[in-house]
Formats: sequence, structure tokens, C-alpha cells
Amino acid sequence: MDITYTAQETAFRDQLRAWLADVLPKLPPAPPGHDWPARRVFDTTWQRMLYDAGYGGLDWPVEYGGRGASPVQQLILLEETERARAPYGVANYVGLKHAGPTIAAEGTPEQKERHLGPILRGDHVWCQGFSEPSSGSDLASLRTRAVRDGDDYVLNGQKIWTSHSLVADYCEILVRTDPDAPKHKGLSWLILPMDTPGVRLRPLRTIMGSTDFAEMFLDDVRVPMANRVGAENDGWRVGMVTLSFERGTAFTGELVNSMVLVEELARLARELTRWGDAGLRREIGHLAAEYDALWALTLRNVSEAAAGSVPGIGNSVFKLRLTELRTTLLELFARLLGRAGLTMSDLDDLGNGYYVEERLRAISLTIAGGTSNIQRNIIAERILGLPK
Amino acid sequence: MHLLPTPEQRELRSAVREICESEFPAERLSGEDQRLDRALWRRLGEMGVFALRLPESDGGIGLGAADAVLVFEELGRALVPGPLVATHLAAPYIAEAATGERIVGLVDAGGVPLLLEHHGDLDDLLVLDGDRLLRLDPAAVAARPLDRPLDPWTPVAAAGALPEGEFVATAAATRRDGALLTAALQVGIAAGVLDRSVRYVSEREQFGRPVGAFQAVKHTAADMLVRLELARAAVWAAAATCDAPDAGDAARAVSTAKLLAGEAATKNSLAAVQLHGGMGFAWEVDVHLFLKRSWLHDTCFGDADTHAEALAVSL
Repeated sequence: MDITYTAQETAFRDQLRAWLADVLPKLPPAPPGHDWPARRVFDTTWQRMLYDAGYGGLDWPVEYGGRGASPVQQLILLEETERARAPYGVANYVGLKHAGPTIAAEGTPEQKERHLGPILRGDHVWCQGFSEPSSGSDLASLRTRAVRDGDDYVLNGQKIWTSHSLVADYCEILVRTDPDAPKHKGLSWLILPMDTPGVRLRPLRTIMGSTDFAEMFLDDVRVPMANRVGAENDGWRVGMVTLSFERGTAFTGELVNSMVLVEELARLARELTRWGDAGLRREIGHLAAEYDALWALTLRNVSEAAAGSVPGIGNSVFKLRLTELRTTLLELFARLLGRAGLTMSDLDDLGNGYYVEERLRAISLTIAGGTSNIQRNIIAERILGLPK
Repeated sequence: MHLLPTPEQRELRSAVREICESEFPAERLSGEDQRLDRALWRRLGEMGVFALRLPESDGGIGLGAADAVLVFEELGRALVPGPLVATHLAAPYIAEAATGERIVGLVDAGGVPLLLEHHGDLDDLLVLDGDRLLRLDPAAVAARPLDRPLDPWTPVAAAGALPEGEFVATAAATRRDGALLTAALQVGIAAGVLDRSVRYVSEREQFGRPVGAFQAVKHTAADMLVRLELARAAVWAAAATCDAPDAGDAARAVSTAKLLAGEAATKNSLAAVQLHGGMGFAWEVDVHLFLKRSWLHDTCFGDADTHAEALAVSL
């Protein structure tokens, strides 16, 4: 057990810090959340800057244009960019973390050639078409049909929660190619160009009032069979391959951001002269402990990944606690803010707008990527081995 | 950066687990004899439980806090009774503590009421008195044994004013390491009750199926694992930080570990009682012993409020 970083890792961190200190002040201000075209430009420009500096696709294998960095270096990148408040680059997320790694692992040489470079450089934006109105937690029950016709599949159905699809170039989509097979055995994973005729999007307004997501309607959408990644009806396995790619670093940005927020919470409590309240102080101390422990768990998961094992299900423990704790954290902010928490517009120097927005956004984290209760099922059945 | 046990540390952990299983098997927990077993204590001494962190030049094994927390997790899981942490902490100061020849207890002089654990079995008593660590002859301490101790394996006696002891060292390291090793025992408790619960709910049938197939039960068990894993990671990180103090704030890391491990042990034990249903309240099922030991550990080397306060102040 060793919690110290090597000289090489420290040098990597120092170099990265210097680079961030140099480039971040030159960035234009982030566009407002609702302006998706501007956000696409902002996010993809940032990805290009990362790429040109050698940090884009840091954890990707060298043969696909990455740097084949260790999980520890990837962790350092995520930690330092978040601490420096660098852009998060949400528009690049699906490409970099899901679609890209899936194509790298399962794609044909042509698919890799066409897609991996543009994802890394920020040229292509991807979205995800997995969930459907009737298939959320039970994703494998999805019903969007793909029927062969000549060299194409013809798609009909409806997807939901396709994030930033309004500005996406491609969609990684799971479709049913064999309706008679057991539900996990009849799916295929396709690359859907978003400009294909028959794809219709309707913005989905969230409780934040934003339109980060959309519903996607597919009416006789023709997708070449050459766009299938992996074998026909093997899409469930192909889709799950991506889950192991983050190598213990999933949600690191959220965690670091939360750790910074705990410090802000203590500062706000002092500013508002509430620090004398021992009960409140201990709750904040407790929160700091939980986040420090989550950081320790991240170090452990990353160590496991570096040793070559797939963290996979261990991430359920992390995701469950991290996301629920985020709600606790933002509730504490709300307690301090009182009625200043009734608006997302900033009052004085309180910074209330951000905290109020985050109070709402925190809820989405406990749902996206498998609800908290689904995580508990996974932990109970796959880690503890309880009967189904 | 590698926050996982090395192959040697994994071997050490399995060796301690084997000794615990053979020398202090779960069946012994139902016994009524509350006197400490000196043969077992010497056996633990031979295993290196007490000499683990003593430098080799002083006849110790020369390992670090990271090794120690793995050993103490196993001792906690097996619910081995006695002042394990105190005797381990005494090894640098009291000859024959390291070998298990002498049983050394510890008490915080600031405690109200002042209760001594295992008073009748102690050869030496360490006293945390503010920032000083003192040594006393237990025979010189007047203490009245109390009936019906909460933890049947931990007899307690009420002491009056303590006589002035002999100065041993400043107390900071003992306080910190004591909190860390107690946290490791608590992780063992949190793990022990989870093991028992998973076994029980997989076997116990109601409504025609194992109760572990019901989601309410699954979710309780899942939350137990989450608390355990976080507490264990916190204890490992704290131990690794104590071994490499430049890497972080060791005091803060130890407070985190003690706070979360205490919570994991107590909440998991309470959940385990629930998952065992009526049997969880029966003396013959040993879950209550874990719960009671957990409550005992909560009062040692800083309770939850103390550590939460220390963490708040560090912000």
C-alpha cells in the first residue's frame, strides 16, 4: 500500500498545471447552458486544445491516437482540470467515453479509421440512443426495431434522454434486430448519422428548465449494415464493453468538484456567521470525511485498474454513494442560503445561482446511468451474490 | 500510488485470519468466561500482532501502519477480545508487551465516568492524560468491577481518581494510532456482520423463497457493503498516509477513518440484527456481540462527534 505519487507522475502533474495556467485565462467565457450550438463550439474547441497539447484521449491506446497513459495519469488529468475549473466538455463525453472506446474495441478497421481520429480532435460530437420510453432500468427490453432491407437496416421506434443530440453528428444506438430471441440476445449496436432522413428530435425539458436532452423519433431510417459495430444480435455485450473503459476514474470530475464545494460550504457558513452552530459544523465535517473516503476509494479503484483488473461492478458502490452524497451536500447549501435559494439568479456575492442549479442537477445524477436502487440491486446480486 | 495490499500484505492478512479461525473460532463467542486467555495472547504475540510496527532493531518486525490495519481488521472480524490496540501501542514502551507476555490496557483520564476495561487481567495500564502518556501499575488503581457489562467479553470496572503515573511519552502518536487501529477493528466488525447477514438471508426462507431475494433485503445489504467499502478505503488511505506523512494530512485522514469505520460497524450491526429478524435479538446468534463491541469501540480514541469536529476545523 502506497499513497505517494512517483516522480514521473508528479512531473506529469506539474507540466499539466503549467499548461492549464497558461491556456485557461485565454479561453472565452462559457456560453449559457441553453445555447447548444455555442456550447458545441466551446466544448469542441476545448477538446481540440487538449488534443493538440497531448491531453486529448490521454487514456486511449497509442494506435488510435491516444497516449496510452496509465490510469493514475488519467486520474491526475481529471483531478487537475477540475481543480483548475477547466471546461468539462460535456459535448465530447459520449464520443470519448462510450462510442469511441466501443469502436476501438469492437469496430472494423474502416470504422476505426473514420471515427476515432475525429472524436479525439473534437470534430465529431456523439450522442447516445439507448433508453426508450418503456425501457429505462430494464434497458434490454428496448423495442426500436431494425429490419434488414438489402444492405441497410430500416429503423423504426423512439429513443429518449439522448443528451445533447440537438448538436450531435452521430448517435450510438441500440436496436432490436431479432424480436424472437431472449431480450439480451436480439440487440445490435449501430452508428447512426444524425442527418439521416427520418430522424426527428424533440427537445425534452428537464426540471432545471434546460434542454440538455431530447426525444428522438425514428421513422423508416435507413442505416447501412456497414455501420453495425460487432456481430448482429451481439449489441448488448458490445454496449456493455464501454462500462469497463473508465478504469476506475468514472465521476472523478464530480468528486473533485464536490470536494471543492465542501470547502466552499465551510467558507459560506463562516461568512453567514453560522459556523458557531456545532451541529451544522459536524455535519460539514462528516461530509468532508465521506468525500475523503470516496477519494480513497477512487485511488483504490484506479490501483485495481492499473493492476489490470476491470473495476466494473465496484463502480456501483462508488456511483451510488457519490451521487446520493451530492444531494446531501446541496441540501446543506440550501439550508445556509435559506430564501436566497429561491432563485437561480445570483444575489450579491452569494453564488446562490450555481448552488440552486446544482441542487436540481444533483438529482439527475442519482438516476442517470442506473438509478440508485438499480445500483443497489447490482451490488446485492453481483457482488454479494444474493438470489435473483 | 497503489492503494491495495501487496502480495506480502495479503499473505499476512490470510495468516492472521487463519490463526483467528483456529485459535478463536466463532463457537468460542458463546462461552461465558470473560477472563482473557493468556495462551491466546501469547499466540497473538508470536504472530507479531503486538510487535508489528516495532523496529527490527528493537526486536520487532518493522512493518508499518498499512500492515497493522490489515491485521486489526481480521482481529475485529473475529471479535477477538481484549486490549489489542493498547498492548500493540505499548510495545515500544513496555518490555514483553510485544511478545504477548504482558497484557497492557489503556484508559483516557479525561473519560467521565472513568471505566477501565479488563482491569482484572492487566499487567500494565497506560493512561492518556491530556498530551501525556503515563504508565501505572493496575494493582495501584482502585476500581470496582461492574456487573452486567454491555459487551459480555469486555468487563469494565469503575475507577476513582488515578494515582500519578510514570511519564512514558507525549500522547499525540498514541491517540492517532489508537484511533486508526480501532477504526480497523471496526471495519472488521462491519465486514463480519455483513458476511453473517448474506449467509443468513440466502438460507432463511419465508413466503416460499430466500428472504435475500426480496429487494428491501437486498438494498439493506447493498448499503452495508457501501458503508464497509468506504470505511475500508478510508482506513487504508489513513494508514498509508501515516506511513508517508508528506503525502497528506494524517490527522484528518485518521479522523475520517475513525468516523466512517465507527458508523459502518454500528449501522451494519444494527442492519444485521434487522436482517436476522427475531433471531437477531436472540443471545444464541452472535450478531449482538458485534453490535456491542462496536458500541464499545465508538467510545475509544475519540467518538464520532469529536472526529467530525476535528474534520470541520480542518476545513
